[in-house]
Amino acid sequence: MSHLLMCPPDYFGIEYEINPWMRVSNQSNGDRSRTQWKTLTQVLENEVGAKLEFMEPVPGLPDLVFTANAGIIHEGKAVPSQFRHPERQGEERHFIDWFTRKGYEVVNLDPEIDFEGAGDLLGFPDFWIGGYRQRSDIRAYVQLSEIFQKEIIPVELVDQRFYHLDTCFCPLSGGELLYFPPCFDSYAQTVLASRIERGNRFAVPAQEGERFACNAVCIDRHVVLPTGCPETMTWLHKRSYTTHPVELDEFLKAGGSAKCLTLALD
Amino acid sequence: MIRQTVTIQGHIIDSLILAKVLDAIVMLGGTFTLSEVTVGTRREDTSHATILIETPTMELLQEILKTIQPHGAVVEAEEDCTVEPAPADGILPEDFYATSHLSTQIRWQGSWIDVPQPEMDVAIILKTAPLSAQMVSMGSVKKGDLVVTGRKGVRVFPLERPKERDVFGFMEAQVSSERPHHHIIADVAKRMKTIQQRRKEGKGSSKVLFAGGPAIIHAGGREALTWIIEAGYIHVLFCGNALAAHDMEASLYGTSLGYNLGIGRSVPHGHEHHLRTINRVRALGSLQQAIESGLIKEGIMAACIRQGVQMVLAGTIRDDGPLPDVITDSIKAQEAMRAAIPGVELALLVASTLHAVATGNLLPASAPTVCVDINPAVPTKLSDRGSFQAVGLVMDSSSFLWQLARELGWEG
Repeated sequence: MSHLLMCPPDYFGIEYEINPWMRVSNQSNGDRSRTQWKTLTQVLENEVGAKLEFMEPVPGLPDLVFTANAGIIHEGKAVPSQFRHPERQGEERHFIDWFTRKGYEVVNLDPEIDFEGAGDLLGFPDFWIGGYRQRSDIRAYVQLSEIFQKEIIPVELVDQRFYHLDTCFCPLSGGELLYFPPCFDSYAQTVLASRIERGNRFAVPAQEGERFACNAVCIDRHVVLPTGCPETMTWLHKRSYTTHPVELDEFLKAGGSAKCLTLALD
Repeated sequence: MIRQTVTIQGHIIDSLILAKVLDAIVMLGGTFTLSEVTVGTRREDTSHATILIETPTMELLQEILKTIQPHGAVVEAEEDCTVEPAPADGILPEDFYATSHLSTQIRWQGSWIDVPQPEMDVAIILKTAPLSAQMVSMGSVKKGDLVVTGRKGVRVFPLERPKERDVFGFMEAQVSSERPHHHIIADVAKRMKTIQQRRKEGKGSSKVLFAGGPAIIHAGGREALTWIIEAGYIHVLFCGNALAAHDMEASLYGTSLGYNLGIGRSVPHGHEHHLRTINRVRALGSLQQAIESGLIKEGIMAACIRQGVQMVLAGTIRDDGPLPDVITDSIKAQEAMRAAIPGVELALLVASTLHAVATGNLLPASAPTVCVDINPAVPTKLSDRGSFQAVGLVMDSSSFLWQLARELGWEG
């Protein structure tokens, strides 16, 4: 995973409230957000070695910056997101246009099914995990499983603050997992415990989970994550990962961080 | 009881989604039957489950559906059944729905209607005023009757596991001569006692049905069966000409098909005894008359008449006579048997292939059934013909009846 899609935060701002982090009264600072986003791109390109692609920002679509929610891409196929909230539905055609222009085979889910892309669908090589209940409909994973011929284990997300799977769950390239267990119901916790052995799971401490420690980008042995997550970094270092903390607090005001700002393209 | 079928698909097993849905149904106060589960064979294959939910109220069903739908449970799309008028008396429309003996409902104008008295291999007709459904045999359908066709809008419910934890609870028609018999007979006796007790207390009209063949008399089970009937444990008797004839032959001559039952050998001109018996009863006009006149003093038929047991004697092409009560039109005999089925909560099919299969065809799957025959092919045949609920007991009918009577308190 070294090829990412991003979107400059030219029109990013808190213009509506569709998750508990968003407060129109707690507006993001335009300059700071642009600086933070730029730093993230530099870290990804220069320190991690990722190849970045950029799409055009669109006025009136402040969350287009969160490209993780564009859809899911695998082996040349792109399944675009179908957003639950009308506020984000305007983004869909821009993501589809981009996928089409870049030559991906666009496969749509049934129109009545909500699905918010790589924000809710993350994978290990052998199986994928799909978050449902908050934003994506569990039925999406039946269709996605057929489209991609992959085992997809649905897990229920129970905390509104962690409305996408990528806000509380980060699979690492070595098969380990960073996750914030209280965000999952007991069935999902049991399943994750049975799938990933104890030594390979790191339950991030609450304070770091709430700073979106799990909204990290893992490329090879590099992990780019928000600042303020020292325990998570210590665990990653013990596992021989190089960590790259990036200040992304302006985006946390909208309920997003490093992972939400990127979409894996391969 | 409100019922609703839902389906769920996906990687539902390893993800514990199916377990979660089933837990939710039970925790909210419903019950479920997993009527179908298809598990994917490869890792990437999805699995599929069909769940029948039962709740005491519509409100609870709605609450359960609201809870499980976010986990992927989909309410099965429901359609009304289709009906076509019967083209002529005794002729069903080409695509008629052929029934099973399981509890069945049809959907009409959005409502599910129970079809009472389930019976295998018949058709369903819809009656509109008042709205109801009925199972009818091919021969009794009338021109213009609205016959259910196709499969949509018809649902069949799997057999509920009985509350009693006895041999019938396993619901398996495993037939073996090498299984211990005693516990099966003890369970049969227990059920008979329960039914008799309920009748005595005026709590319902459940019945024990006994269908038997003449081997009961030949093999020496007559005395025990007579006692069981006299003690009030049997309420319906299905048999043919032979059981009745040989029972009364025994009463008049002490023989069964010419064999002296006491000394166990044939007696001179013994083969005439059953003919002479039949002739004398025919002269009196009925079994009732034969008993009441004092001609027949004891035995199975006498016990049945005295106890008011409902009897259906069905004739066959090999019958001598036959006795006056024997119904020789087999369709009429079948109808008379069918009319006696409602309320049967235990059926004993003993030493008769013909009557066991005929009775099995009429019984709902919910009726606990035991098939006793010394020939293992008989219980197997019964099971092969669809009466999967029947417990097979491979043993001599006389031994069975003696053991059963003793379990019920006989000291003979």
